[in-house]
Amino acid sequence: MSSQAIFSVSGLTKRFAEGEAEVLVLKGIDLSMTAGEMTALLGPSGSGKSTLLTILGTLMRASGGTHEMLGVDLMQASEAQRTEFRSKHLGFIFQFHHLLSDLSALENVMMPAASAAGRETPAMRERAMELLDAVGLPDRRNYRPSAMSGGQRQRVAVARALINNPVLVLADEPTGNLDRQSADQVMDLIRSINQTMATSFLISTHDEHIAAQCARRIELLDGRIVQS
Amino acid sequence: MSPYAVKLAIRHLLSHPGQTALLMAGVALGVSVFIFMSALIGGLATLLTLRTVGSIPHIVLEMPDRDPVTLSPNAHKQVVRQKDLSRRDQIAIWQPVIPIIEQTSGVTAVSPQIRGSAFVERGQTVVPVGVIGVMPGKLSDIADIEAAILDGSSNLPADGILIGSRLARDLGLRVGQVIRLSSDRGRVRSFRIGGIFTLGIAGADRQTVYMNFTTARALYDLSTGISRIEIKVKPAIDAADIAERLRRSTGLKATAWTEDNAQLFEGLDAQARTGTIIKAFSLVTIIVGIASAMLLSIVRRQSEIGIMRAMGASNGLVVSIFVLEGTLIGFIGAIVGAVTAWFALLPLPPVTEVSSGGLPIDPQQGDFLLAITLTTLAATLASILPARRAARIDPVEAIGT
Repeated sequence: MSSQAIFSVSGLTKRFAEGEAEVLVLKGIDLSMTAGEMTALLGPSGSGKSTLLTILGTLMRASGGTHEMLGVDLMQASEAQRTEFRSKHLGFIFQFHHLLSDLSALENVMMPAASAAGRETPAMRERAMELLDAVGLPDRRNYRPSAMSGGQRQRVAVARALINNPVLVLADEPTGNLDRQSADQVMDLIRSINQTMATSFLISTHDEHIAAQCARRIELLDGRIVQS
Repeated sequence: MSPYAVKLAIRHLLSHPGQTALLMAGVALGVSVFIFMSALIGGLATLLTLRTVGSIPHIVLEMPDRDPVTLSPNAHKQVVRQKDLSRRDQIAIWQPVIPIIEQTSGVTAVSPQIRGSAFVERGQTVVPVGVIGVMPGKLSDIADIEAAILDGSSNLPADGILIGSRLARDLGLRVGQVIRLSSDRGRVRSFRIGGIFTLGIAGADRQTVYMNFTTARALYDLSTGISRIEIKVKPAIDAADIAERLRRSTGLKATAWTEDNAQLFEGLDAQARTGTIIKAFSLVTIIVGIASAMLLSIVRRQSEIGIMRAMGASNGLVVSIFVLEGTLIGFIGAIVGAVTAWFALLPLPPVTEVSSGGLPIDPQQGDFLLAITLTTLAATLASILPARRAARIDPVEAIGT
């Protein structure tokens, strides 16, 4: 792993059992990213984009290969260690916002930090308010998700992904459910955060328009990287 | 239990007031049934005990049997023991025993009595009765005869007698009439009916007559001794223990009411077991209800649980949230059920004043605290399995990435 790389995977494979047969979804992925990089992960449906993101996000273990991040061997780490690592160093943005309906926007942003700490602290609240300011929703902090538009919810989800100052944010089709205007707003926001906070983003997308806004693009086809 | 788990659990319950209220109402209903059954079973036992032991002595002291003792038991020889019937059964020296009995813990009333059999003659009809000669002021120490007087008064002059209502009806007797009584000692005497009582016990109302202590002495040829000493104790259920103490301290034969009423005890025991089963079903209903609601809630909140797990929430946090929700539903539902049951039972008359056909419910025996504790515990247990299931949710599947 180079000195600037935040993670690196090598020869990464992933098999899924389908009945008695086994399907090889990832067929030896070699990939690394450096700090502050904004990368688009492209590929048709079934190419393995989501599976790769899930493995990089420590939500699933690879079947083979190596997976290191910030000097930690995540293939060997226990589930509890991976959960702790995830909460400290990784952020997630999904196609659907997945905000907790019982919590306000501010409380949703604080959720990952509060879950790890077991309580909400004034420092978390302050950081969450800063992030809501940064995503342009300072006046929506007490709104429940049901009272916000799709674009606003996704911006809250972006703020939530940043609450723990993650090194890497994994975004799976973050604008897939939004109209063009809202999608552009979210992408502007992600780009701005990438530049101001030096947070790395790996964005899975079908959309060339989104990919064009990223400094680097990786194309995945049938479980292999065909362009990097 | 982290403060954040508490916050999320309470927030979820408050965010779905209709669902929360419905669940708590279900628990409250179960708790009300539990308390109602406890109060009813307890009240019924109290009523039956009161009705059974209210008018009978709790302990009877008599002269011990004077049967000869076999000094050297030998299994190979046949021994015949003849019951000693040569002397009358009486407690000859009884005055010194009374203070000993009165000072015994638990004893509330002591009534030395002269008892015997007699025949009431009325025209050609002869009816056997049991005569009770009671000391002045002790008429109502065992059965509350004064309160049971239907007609006349409870005074017992030397020639006065109190008879039961069924005997009066069978023989067509009224207060003021004179009847002839022949004792089993061959004495015959006329008495004026001073009062007619009804205890609600057929045997007593048909076959018992009360008379003056001194008159009874003469009627039964007991110049100084008495037939027996009847005793009331509190609580009545301790009668066997107190009887044993009295046997040791007085040397007399002591018989507790429980010995002669084993069937009643069996009945009460069976009733209590039935009540326990019904209460257990109430608890099972609560457990199944809460567990089902929790499972449904987990299915509905699958993606939210998944996102929390993805964002780094530990298994412990997820388990805590669901267990706490179940516990809160159980605890608050139990409190609501207990308060509702309390107010519902409040206007009911005390067991001692229940009229015929009424339900003998005793709120004091409603096991309110037990109901709340068991229900809360049951709710917690009911939540554990669904909570563990929630903690096992795979974030990848739940989020659908």
